[in-house]
Amino acid sequence: MKLLKLAVRNMLAAGTKTWLNALVLSFSFVAIIWAQSLFKGLDQESSRALTDIEYGGGQYWVEGYDPLDPFSIRDAHKPVPPELAALETEGRAAPVLVVQGTLYAGGRMQSVLLKGIPPGQRLLILPTASLAPADRETPALLGTRMARAAGLKKGDMMTVRWRDVRGTFDARDFVVAEVFETTVPSADTGVVWIPLEDLRRLAGAAGEATLVVVEKGYVSGPAVAGWTFKDTGFLLRDIREFIEMKTIGSSIFYVILLALAMLAIFNTQVLSIWRRRREIGTMIALGLTRARVIALFTLEGSMLSLLAVLVGAVYGVPFLAWFAAHGWVMPVGQADSFGLALGNTLYPVYSVGLVAGTALLVFAVTTVVSFLPTRRIAKLKPTEAIKGKLS
Amino acid sequence: MDNGTIIKTRDLTKVYPLGRTSIRALNKVNLSFEQGEFAALVGPSGSGKTTLLNIVGSLDAPTEGSAEVMGRRVETLSHREAAALRSRHIGFIFQSFNLLPVYTAYENVEFPLLLMKMSAAERRKAVLDALEWVGLADRAKSRPGQLSGGQSQRVAIARAVVKRPGLVLADEPTANLDAENSHMILDTMESLNRNLRTTFLFATHDEKVIRHVRRKITLIDGAVAADDRTKPDGGGAS
Repeated sequence: MKLLKLAVRNMLAAGTKTWLNALVLSFSFVAIIWAQSLFKGLDQESSRALTDIEYGGGQYWVEGYDPLDPFSIRDAHKPVPPELAALETEGRAAPVLVVQGTLYAGGRMQSVLLKGIPPGQRLLILPTASLAPADRETPALLGTRMARAAGLKKGDMMTVRWRDVRGTFDARDFVVAEVFETTVPSADTGVVWIPLEDLRRLAGAAGEATLVVVEKGYVSGPAVAGWTFKDTGFLLRDIREFIEMKTIGSSIFYVILLALAMLAIFNTQVLSIWRRRREIGTMIALGLTRARVIALFTLEGSMLSLLAVLVGAVYGVPFLAWFAAHGWVMPVGQADSFGLALGNTLYPVYSVGLVAGTALLVFAVTTVVSFLPTRRIAKLKPTEAIKGKLS
Repeated sequence: MDNGTIIKTRDLTKVYPLGRTSIRALNKVNLSFEQGEFAALVGPSGSGKTTLLNIVGSLDAPTEGSAEVMGRRVETLSHREAAALRSRHIGFIFQSFNLLPVYTAYENVEFPLLLMKMSAAERRKAVLDALEWVGLADRAKSRPGQLSGGQSQRVAIARAVVKRPGLVLADEPTANLDAENSHMILDTMESLNRNLRTTFLFATHDEKVIRHVRRKITLIDGAVAADDRTKPDGGGAS
């Protein structure tokens, strides 16, 4: 406690040098929080959008289904088992049937996935109500990306060809009942949503599904034969890995900032020990052990990190608050280029853990850097140091 | 060690290596000092005065022989034990005052007490008393840069005696002071010596100091050349 008091006194007495070091260190502190909060925002926003629009609280997949393997899709359908059918009845699950097809619109041909979904489902935030039975043609729901790629708009007709479960090709005209906007490319690009029962009938797969989406907060019960439960952790793992990779990649930016700040602190410590050698000798003569002198100098250096947190708070809190309110408006088309479910504005996410973790990181690094030059004190002869000589 | 003897050296020798040769700074020095002495080590530069003071102050270790200070054999002490000895029993006064520059006079005097188990109230009283003894109670808030040389050395004296040590070691305490200030601080130290029974041991070649002390030990080439009691009321002799 007494050492702490002495350290604070010495640190503040160093005046401008202390404040400059704290300011440089605070830049790193604020920059790390800023960058990390963006990636947290990225993670949170894309995860929320994906669970809202596509994954729900998890999915049961028919065994053998792999959304990344087109060859698995043809055979990936089975009757919905009673356990999952019961969940559907309670409104806690929504079966989806996936069939490969080809879209002919405006003279163009395009591979698509036909996804049958119950129009009355409320688990996914999709305007499936517009798929309610129409008088004439089968309604279809397209995302804006898909509609743009196919040159379609609401009310347009399009022809879709598919192969049913027996391998017979068939085709039919659909009417675009709605074009919806979504940040989730995988629910939009190359996807045509149609009523589940229509697709079951057209594909000859009555009562079947490829996957069953369950409600958020669903806790997986006993295993369902022939079906595998994929929780959100599994479904979001690619996104999380991607963001983690990006986070590590961007960390080089604040490692450089932190290194610059540490260089300043190291330099200050080296100079301080050289300049204050008489003081060090005097302290030892007055009864301070070398270990306590080392602790005092290390403490003085590491206290800079606490001062940096305070200095950083002065300008960082308003800056980060402003940033949280306005977000980072990304250039048009930038969001899709990430391949993530992002809106046009990315909002940072701050947490106590992020701020405390960053403060702890800065404190730990500063302490180590402050300690390294102080090892020289252990070699200092007090009889020389008292006279201002460096032994 | 006799009762009342606070320093006793036996064949104390210190050799400093210097390249391929060596310098014998102390050569079989045998001295003892009683509590309450006001003594000076005198001699030309390089005679071993400061080396002896450093060893007695447990800042350095002898090459041969022994130095017993306040009942502790200096050459056997670890860094930590030596620090404890200095912290509790020995005060230092330096030629260049060596005040801690960022602290006020009060804080400088308080510093040795921060290393001891003492309540804030006790510390405050001790510091104010010490500043009072040296006549600087009104400069408690001044920083070293705001004090004259004489005032700085008086703060250093207050710092040396604030913990009521048995022994104060002063290395050329008047070398950077004018005659008036030298007399003033010598009077201060003499008064503390009489009132607190603190033993003062100086290393000096300042005649003003030599006139004040009651015992003068002359060192020549690291050996005791003379040990004179110049005034009565001294301690034991070697």
